Amino acid sequence: METIKLIIDWLSLLAIPFIIFAFLAYGGFKKVRVYEKFVEGAKEGFEVGVRIIPYLVAMLVAIAMFRASGGIALISKLFAPLTNLINMPAEVLPMAIMRPLSGSGSIGIMTELMKTHGVDSLIGFMSSTMFGSTETTFYVVAVYFGAVNIRNSRYALPVGLLADAAGLTTAVFICNLFY
Amino acid sequence: MLNYIWLGMIMISLLFAAGSDIYDHFSEKQVTAAESRGQVNLNKDTKIGQVTSAAIEAAGTAVQIAIGLIGVMALWLGLMKIAEESGFIKILARAVKPVTRRLFPKIPDDHPAVGAMIMNIAANMLGLSNAATPLGLKAMEELQKINPEKETASDDMITFLVINTSAITIVPATAIAIRASLGSANPQQIVVPAIISATVATIVGVTAVKTIQHFMNRRKAATGR
Repeated sequence: METIKLIIDWLSLLAIPFIIFAFLAYGGFKKVRVYEKFVEGAKEGFEVGVRIIPYLVAMLVAIAMFRASGGIALISKLFAPLTNLINMPAEVLPMAIMRPLSGSGSIGIMTELMKTHGVDSLIGFMSSTMFGSTETTFYVVAVYFGAVNIRNSRYALPVGLLADAAGLTTAVFICNLFY
Repeated sequence: MLNYIWLGMIMISLLFAAGSDIYDHFSEKQVTAAESRGQVNLNKDTKIGQVTSAAIEAAGTAVQIAIGLIGVMALWLGLMKIAEESGFIKILARAVKPVTRRLFPKIPDDHPAVGAMIMNIAANMLGLSNAATPLGLKAMEELQKINPEKETASDDMITFLVINTSAITIVPATAIAIRASLGSANPQQIVVPAIISATVATIVGVTAVKTIQHFMNRRKAATGR
């Protein structure tokens, strides 16, 4: 386990310098005008950043309002009967609901749960596994589609949420098994 | 779909906030909360005020996030342009063809979209979130070039997005760091459970996407469009 962790740590550290080296070395080898091409590509960065603003505002505003109103607590109450069914401690449910909505929000809930119940408690273990096992789906949908000006995302969000639900349920199951 | 979810979230927030304010008013909770601080601040002491402040604050945060992305975006888009020009991305795309052909049947072989998607997925796996988002957006741009309807998501975009949101991360760095800071005896204990959970999420997501696409294509063929 320790050696695996060490390998992974080094891999993450060296990945970006290696990519930069490989791209530039191969570009130089192929006689690409690297500086000019870099600038040409980088120019788009600004446009993309500006393009996603309206999508990000729409999404983050709705999520912030929902959080401030206590909507998470409301949904937690609605889903509460299900938690017993899959052996999920009721305290973890708000974490599961927050995870696809907001990255910073779920960090907040996770930290709070670990402080109250202990990092190495089942609740702490489960909530941090949940955090590590999925992405913030709402944010990804807003930013990725926003970057190419797509307004109709079709079935992307429901399927993304279905995948999240599957991942979160698996986290509950695995954590109960491993703990 | 997003239209309804968005509408629902905002409507529920406003009605729920107003409802709990009315409830608190009649149960006189508000008055006591305000009295204990000596003065009434409607923005802070009412749920509806909190919801409004949250909305305004989030609008500002959204712009900050977008602006913050620009520098990193520029860096990666510049590097990707060099890799594209030199043919590096094509080599990368060709290497993973057996997998991507199945997942993205409509994308031509060694299209730059494939290279960008692979780079994005690899960055996600290593937990390099700074690189992952720009590379993902680059992939979306390439996918948009071969999308016939520019305002509607293509099947391939949705497949990519679902793989992305259920991202398998070998190093869930944030969660491990927070666990370590709170004094966990074994912060990286979550690595294997998280990988298993994410793998299940990816399998379920891709299966769902492929099932939907299968039935949609069949319906399209039947109606002769």
